[in-house]
Amino acid sequence: MFKIFGSFVLFLYNMVARAERLKVLWRRFFEEATLIGVNSIFIVGIVSAFIGAVTCIQIAYNLTNPLIPKSTIGYMVREMTILELAPTITSIVLAGKVGSSIAGGLGTMRITEQISALEVMGINATSYLVLPRILAAMLMFPLLVILAMALSILGGYIAGTLSGVMAPQDYIEGIRTDFIPYNIFFALIKAVVFAFLVSGISAYKGFYTEGGALEVGAASTSAVTNSIIAILVADYVLAAILL
Amino acid sequence: MIEISNLEKSFDGNQVLKGISCTLETGKCNLLLGGSGTGKSVLLSCVVGLMKPDLGSITFDGTVYTNSKVDIRQEIRRKIGMLFQGSALFDSMTVAKNVEFPLQMLTPDMSEEERRDRVEFCLKRVGLENAGNKMPSEISGGMKKRVGIARAIAPNCTYLFCDEPNSGLDPATSIKIDELIYEITHEYNITTAIITHDMNSVVGIGDHIIFLHQGKKLWDGDKEHILNADVPELREFIFSSSLVRAAKRVEEEDGPQGLEHLAAEPLSEV
Repeated sequence: MFKIFGSFVLFLYNMVARAERLKVLWRRFFEEATLIGVNSIFIVGIVSAFIGAVTCIQIAYNLTNPLIPKSTIGYMVREMTILELAPTITSIVLAGKVGSSIAGGLGTMRITEQISALEVMGINATSYLVLPRILAAMLMFPLLVILAMALSILGGYIAGTLSGVMAPQDYIEGIRTDFIPYNIFFALIKAVVFAFLVSGISAYKGFYTEGGALEVGAASTSAVTNSIIAILVADYVLAAILL
Repeated sequence: MIEISNLEKSFDGNQVLKGISCTLETGKCNLLLGGSGTGKSVLLSCVVGLMKPDLGSITFDGTVYTNSKVDIRQEIRRKIGMLFQGSALFDSMTVAKNVEFPLQMLTPDMSEEERRDRVEFCLKRVGLENAGNKMPSEISGGMKKRVGIARAIAPNCTYLFCDEPNSGLDPATSIKIDELIYEITHEYNITTAIITHDMNSVVGIGDHIIFLHQGKKLWDGDKEHILNADVPELREFIFSSSLVRAAKRVEEEDGPQGLEHLAAEPLSEV
């Protein structure tokens, strides 16, 4: 365990110790930002809209007491979405999509000697291949989380009003009640930390893949599993520290 | 010239290189010959810097590579071109972009036009002037090797390393790839090291042959003397070749005249 952690720290150190030229990294950063961010909009949109919708319906189903105002549903959807569902569920979805893509891509490059080719050329492969991926993830995860927050709350609104469990004005009143801006800031901090964990762990798993196609698959699976565990642990730690 | 001195390398207590010393000569095709598992690839990986030897030193034209500072190692690495066994082309880039890549990374001062000219020149040199826009997945194994060679020579490399350049290729294409490497080595006076266990390559381009067996260098010399080498392991290796066995069979059936006739034929027609 300590050996793996030490190896991971060295991996990150090598990435920044002899970084490639800024111009090269800048170009790579945009390529990766497109792959990680733009290509994930659809899945994040679908997942978050339905999570918001389901959350709204289920809260309405459980809130049977007539003394509790209907606007509480909107309030609870907003709080759950911003504090937990948008950053955590989005990051878990991205761990599956982006994490497996990073680990699989780097693993394939490793077993087909493309990483060796970079190293023989005198190019710092970790800096060229991994640093732009981590930085792009750290920029794109928070943006996707903001999108997820909006779509989730919108999903809750559409589901709540279309199913007739509440009036539109009740929902809007609920999502505007007792709003704490710090919660958004907290969610974005979580998104940045989760992005670093997902991209870093996945890149590490992929970069040190040994063997053949079977091992690339195993590296991808391991990357996703470890990323999700890391997200859940970090989620608890951040909540304990920052809330 | 690359001087390798007393190189040792072990994996989990299994010693793969057992004190190898040899010289890779400039302007020559230096062949690292030997059976599977004799340490050829490990030796090459140590020389190009993909592995760190446990003991010994490697010197590139007088500059010590092993245990030297990162800057010195980087400087030497930038003079190295390598053709990998599986070509190792970047599959997200076109053929031309693959050749351009080391120029982009290693020679930032080069203008875009200069880079384009150089890519065009290198692709033409390996006979692929019309394949620049193709993706690696769209070209044959032989063409991939040619692109690998073009990529290796693009930044004017001083040292060229080839890991089994004709593995997976048909005999005719293998000979063409060998000839291309041979021509480039002599044309640009570079130090070339080639891992092989192909006797066609030995007979065709073996300016300097280093025979490895069980992690040790047992013999080195040129192709003119390899058949007379007094090393049992080398003789066993050579005479296990189908090519040589065929030659022996011709000699037995037709006598020395048949063998002379066979030897007079171009290698590609044997």
